Amino acid sequence: MFESLTEKLTKAMKSLRGETRLTEKNIEDALREVRMALLEADVHVQVARTFLQRVKEKALAQGPDGKGTVVLDGLNPAQQFIDIVYQELTEIMGGTAPEHPLDFASKPPTVVMMVGLQGAGKTTTCGKLAKFLKKLGRSPLLVPADIQRPAAVEQLHVVAQDAGVPSYRTDSKDPVAICKAAVEEARIKGWDTVILDTAGRLHLDEQLMNELVRIQEGTQPNEILFVADAMTGQDAVRSATAFHEKLGLTGVILTKTDGDTRGGAAFSIKHATGRPIKFVGEGEKLDDFQRFHPDRMAQRILGMGDVLTLIEQAKDKIDEKEAEAMAQKLVKNQFTLEDMRSQLQQVKKMGSMQKLIGMLPGMGQMKAQIESVVTDKRMTHLEAILNSMTPRERANHNLLDAKRKRRIAAGAGRPVHEINQLLKQFLEMKKMMGQMKDPRFMKRMAAMKNMPGMPKMPF
Amino acid sequence: MGLFGNLFDKFKQGLQRTQELVLAPMQRLLGLRRLDEDQLLELEDLLLQADLGLHAVERLMERLRFEMKRNAEIDPKAVLKDELLKILRQVPSRPLEAKGTQVVLLVGVNGVGKTTTLGKLASHLKSRGEDVLVVAGDTFRAAAIDQLELWGERAGVPVIRNQMGGDPAAIAFDGATSAQAKGTPWVLIDTAGRLHTKDHLMRELDKIHRSLQKVIPEAPHRVILVMDATTGQNGLVQAEAFKAAAGITDLVLTKLDGSAKGGVVVPILERMKLPIAFVGVGEGVDDLIPFDPEAFVDGLLSA
Repeated sequence: MFESLTEKLTKAMKSLRGETRLTEKNIEDALREVRMALLEADVHVQVARTFLQRVKEKALAQGPDGKGTVVLDGLNPAQQFIDIVYQELTEIMGGTAPEHPLDFASKPPTVVMMVGLQGAGKTTTCGKLAKFLKKLGRSPLLVPADIQRPAAVEQLHVVAQDAGVPSYRTDSKDPVAICKAAVEEARIKGWDTVILDTAGRLHLDEQLMNELVRIQEGTQPNEILFVADAMTGQDAVRSATAFHEKLGLTGVILTKTDGDTRGGAAFSIKHATGRPIKFVGEGEKLDDFQRFHPDRMAQRILGMGDVLTLIEQAKDKIDEKEAEAMAQKLVKNQFTLEDMRSQLQQVKKMGSMQKLIGMLPGMGQMKAQIESVVTDKRMTHLEAILNSMTPRERANHNLLDAKRKRRIAAGAGRPVHEINQLLKQFLEMKKMMGQMKDPRFMKRMAAMKNMPGMPKMPF
Repeated sequence: MGLFGNLFDKFKQGLQRTQELVLAPMQRLLGLRRLDEDQLLELEDLLLQADLGLHAVERLMERLRFEMKRNAEIDPKAVLKDELLKILRQVPSRPLEAKGTQVVLLVGVNGVGKTTTLGKLASHLKSRGEDVLVVAGDTFRAAAIDQLELWGERAGVPVIRNQMGGDPAAIAFDGATSAQAKGTPWVLIDTAGRLHTKDHLMRELDKIHRSLQKVIPEAPHRVILVMDATTGQNGLVQAEAFKAAAGITDLVLTKLDGSAKGGVVVPILERMKLPIAFVGVGEGVDDLIPFDPEAFVDGLLSA
């Protein structure tokens, strides 16, 4: 589905190549496609509408003279527009990401209250958060306040054990009393972070929502985190808003992001509550838990990974001056190991080899073959070898005798034969570049230069 | 007469305005007899908010436009209802009938309510006077077995289990064998929640299948995909993946007592021709009821 979206867009935009400004007309198709992408990703209809309207206005008034964003070289207006959408999406979702993962109390214990609908993954997330905090050097206490779901208390005890943190044990059946007593115990025994696992509940259930308010009043939590399933649809706005209005959320944890959902709910929730998404849960294990990365989420929601990568590359990465100097050297056949190294670094800047190869047009069938030879790992090894040489060696490969090779091998942690291999490759490249003086060859290269993804990549 | 006529019109106008203000936006639009372009767009947005997905909403809007071309006045609600019911009634749900030993497997992603649904289903069958054996096949999630045993106690049915981390296929095999030997009409098997993208976990479902078939060649007789009504468009991918890996025969839609109306089942049923066996409407034992397409559509169109 993602491919077809990108393809459609590319086709629709072909005719627009060469237009230099974003106009109402030349972003029309892109707008429609982005809207569809957002809706397919479960971004709330209203949120998508408001957001796109704003981005559109911005895009059309952003140029140096306020008459529409200037389209970058190598991009068409649609791609330029999608780039603005992506930047804006990232900005809104990350925005004011706080430096610390949680707002820790100046006087411990810090109380963290986990709330959400049934099945969002609160209990598992409690364990993950506890383990995360433990790694930060804190000492968390898990508190089972879910007395609704059968065996939820037992589940939390097991999760706590797996995470290597204590859990609060009690016979009480009153969630408010349990939470208050647990915070008190933490104060006495010196647990610096108390995580309250409340029962999943519907935001429509007045009685249970009031129970949360009583827990809040009784424990004065520093953080109230809304745990939300990444697969949630349009309802995410309603439930998150209801919880936020009742309790005043301080943040969001997104769970089950290891599936293939595009996760538009994240944007809806952020938009509706204005609260930061602090963490994402992404797997079955307690370690599968990370701080939130807005750029990754934005890419996922737009589902246009390859378009975005293309844009990214067109935007900069390759230093024009460096490329010019390189071209000069090539023509004079002064290519050295030093140049090889800087080229390697350029390519690395462009992103992973696999992705890069995947984007080269017509490389489809050859992809597997190429990948087996040019892996990212191999790139790293090559670089390590080159880095282990002295500048003099890199300037003059003839210096490399057996003794020097052994030293380099030890320095790079690679066997000597790999150094010989690299030298062989280097000499082949040098030879190939010697041919570049041939006018027929240069003509072919000039033709290739116009292919996307290819420019300035002599190897 | 003129005075009365005037008054009457005024009254009607006033009423209309009140209706526009008071009624939910969907009701206001569906009460119209013709919709202009803006109103159609507004309706489209509202239908999308019910998680019906772009494709199904397009289908509904096409039908509306078609009807408006043919008729001077239409009843939008009736038109939409008709089109939705066409999709939902494609495959009528098959009742659960005890014939020999019937094996029912419950599958789904994490947190949709498999264990709760199984507990309710066990109570339902037990209250009909039919014996049930429950198999605790979720050996992964902490305390899932305890949770199921509590449901077993409530329903008054036996639960067979092995230890946490055990092989679900082995315990399923034991369950089927025991039920067949005793002539128990129902074996309900709980499984661990799994994301449909995890190949190794999906293959585990196939292993459960094969081990059941060693005991009863036709087993499992039903494979029920449990889905949460709050699920968005990912539900479609889920259903397809579980169909491919576990050959699902029925859907159960849970948590319909929330504000989400479960619209994603419309594109699922449209594409996959599955029946919805039950819907879950609460945490109580009796909160599992047969699927009523008409009531469901009314829910979708009442937002």
